[in-house]
Amino acid sequence: MGGLQIPMEQVLALAGLLFSCGLLGLMLRRNIIFMLMSLEVMLNAAALAFVAAGAKWQQADGQIIFLLILSVAAAEVAVGLGLVLQIQRRFKTLDMDQARRLRG
Amino acid sequence: MAGIWLIPFFPLASAVLLLLSAGRMPRQLAAWLGAGSVGLSAICVASLVNDFLADGQVREVTLWTWMTVAEFTPRFAFYIDGLTVVMMSVITGVGFLIHLYSIEFMWDDESICRYFAYMNLFVGAMLLLVMADNLLLLYLGWEGVGVCSYLLVGFWYRDPANGKAARKAFVVTRVGDTAMALGLFLLFTELGTLDIQPLLAAANSTWQVGDTLPVLATALLLGGAVGKSAQLPLQVWLPDAMAGPTPVSALIHAATMVTAGVYLIARTSGLFLLAPPTMEAVAWIGLLTLLLAAFAALVQQDIKRILAYSTISQIGYMFLALGVGAFASGIFHLVTHAFFKALLFLAAGAVIHCLHHEHNIFRMGGLRKRLPVVFWSFLIGSAALAALPFTSGFYSKDAILLSASEVGGIGLWLWAGGLLGALLTGIYSFRLVFIVFFGQAHTEPDRQPGWKMSVALVVLCALALAGGLLALPLADVFPAARAHEASHAIEYISIGTPLLGLLLAYLMFLGRQINFDRAADSIAGRRVRGFLFSGWRFDQLYEVLWVRPYTTVAHWCRNEPVDRVYNAIVASSQWAHHKLAALQTGELRWYATSMVFGLVLLLAVMLRNAT
Repeated sequence: MGGLQIPMEQVLALAGLLFSCGLLGLMLRRNIIFMLMSLEVMLNAAALAFVAAGAKWQQADGQIIFLLILSVAAAEVAVGLGLVLQIQRRFKTLDMDQARRLRG
Repeated sequence: MAGIWLIPFFPLASAVLLLLSAGRMPRQLAAWLGAGSVGLSAICVASLVNDFLADGQVREVTLWTWMTVAEFTPRFAFYIDGLTVVMMSVITGVGFLIHLYSIEFMWDDESICRYFAYMNLFVGAMLLLVMADNLLLLYLGWEGVGVCSYLLVGFWYRDPANGKAARKAFVVTRVGDTAMALGLFLLFTELGTLDIQPLLAAANSTWQVGDTLPVLATALLLGGAVGKSAQLPLQVWLPDAMAGPTPVSALIHAATMVTAGVYLIARTSGLFLLAPPTMEAVAWIGLLTLLLAAFAALVQQDIKRILAYSTISQIGYMFLALGVGAFASGIFHLVTHAFFKALLFLAAGAVIHCLHHEHNIFRMGGLRKRLPVVFWSFLIGSAALAALPFTSGFYSKDAILLSASEVGGIGLWLWAGGLLGALLTGIYSFRLVFIVFFGQAHTEPDRQPGWKMSVALVVLCALALAGGLLALPLADVFPAARAHEASHAIEYISIGTPLLGLLLAYLMFLGRQINFDRAADSIAGRRVRGFLFSGWRFDQLYEVLWVRPYTTVAHWCRNEPVDRVYNAIVASSQWAHHKLAALQTGELRWYATSMVFGLVLLLAVMLRNAT
């Protein structure tokens, strides 16, 4: 175990910061592409926390979960981009406040 | 005789044919089919009576087993003894005459086919009632005649008043029928059979005189009899039932159906003898009813209503006879009453027929010379009704009064009440004769009764006069009555009372020697007349006691109070649905934000709980 040791707290603080950025982006941006990107940021923040935790307790689980999140994110992007294309085609816009046809 | 089943079969088959024709049968055919089927029955009955009088054997005919439910196996079976033979003769004999009369009376009616179908159905059901060997079959006939009565009272259904009268007759008798059904249940659970003869035998062996159960059972049966026979307190339907055609009133509401209650009590006399309190109640009901109806008959103005009240009154005499244990006298009065009351109704029908459907006796008058056949019929009928000496009514009523006078204790009261009733009967029946047939004519008859009406009237006249000489074969049916050993004084009083009534009626309504117009027109007089005219205000009493609460509850129930609870559940969930659906805005960012806040809230709660 050599190399630079980064304290756990700082990594978790970074992960929290990233997560909050993503959350704020999700809540505030109206463009669907930016909302998807915010989601990616949030996923990666969570993944970072897992990796840090795995390093701290010397467990492989954290890295396994990271791989899992990576593949979930990839799948999510594939589906999400498909939806984006459809939304663009139907509503001629990517502004999600304009596409509100699902209201009750 | 093998063909006993043919007797109810003829009218029932004819009724089915007439009903299936749906009114398209030519009236000639319908009329003669209707009357002919009853005539054929009458011929069969005559042959049966002939055989029966020759050997006096009780005949039992089992047609088939009606149903089998465990130990409950009522059969479709007839039991023919002296009482049944008497009833069958009255039903088919008087019934045939009335059918014959109806051909002429109803000839101009467009629904003559329907009329004869109902009449035949009635005769068939009435025959089932009296021939039944078990109480369930009797009940079938009992309800059958009730339905026919309903259909025929409301025969001219286009007038809503007639429909109302029919419903009233049906509902009021249904009150009694319910009691009777309960009585049958009780008898079956206690004695295990409904066949009348085994039932009476079982009752005699299991119950003692004065036990509670026979009193209860007979009281319930009495309820049915009171409803059907229009006795206190269920007498209110009969005057209104006069809305039907007059021959219907003659057959159903005078001669046969209304006496079914008397028949029921006579048939189950073995049970009633085990229950002295019920017997006493029967006597008192009869006495009160006969007085009440006789008073009401004094002031009526509708010729048929007078006869209706007199029918109630005469059935009161029959109940009085049953109540004092003189069953044979009661049945004797039933028979003579069937003759003279059918005669009176048919004569009244002839008057109505010839006077353009006029019912008010004060718009008649002076018909003695104009309708001689009808006059003599009515006179003979009234004489028999008033029990003038040597008419049929005299013999039967005299026997009843004698039997009542011989009962210890209450007997004197019953006798005195019956005598007062006889006096009133004399007054009201001759009031009718004097007002309708004497004095000035107010309406001219526009036709004379034809031969069919005349034949029916003349034959019934002969029966009403000579019916008292009949010796009914009832000796084996009822326990032997005590020999009458009344003093001559009682005899003379019973003979004299109707004559006194006749004299009073003459003085009041024809000679006008007694003039109490001023008393009658005073305020108190009007009150009394109004009170009697309305039948002692029983209708108003029942209106307040039963009809109005019932209609109020019905009105309340029309809005489905129970459903309101469920409707409230539906309404609240629909309301919640609308409110919650507003949350679904379709705005993705709003969803995300609310999820975040929800998550934060959850986390906060969890953290708070963790610490």
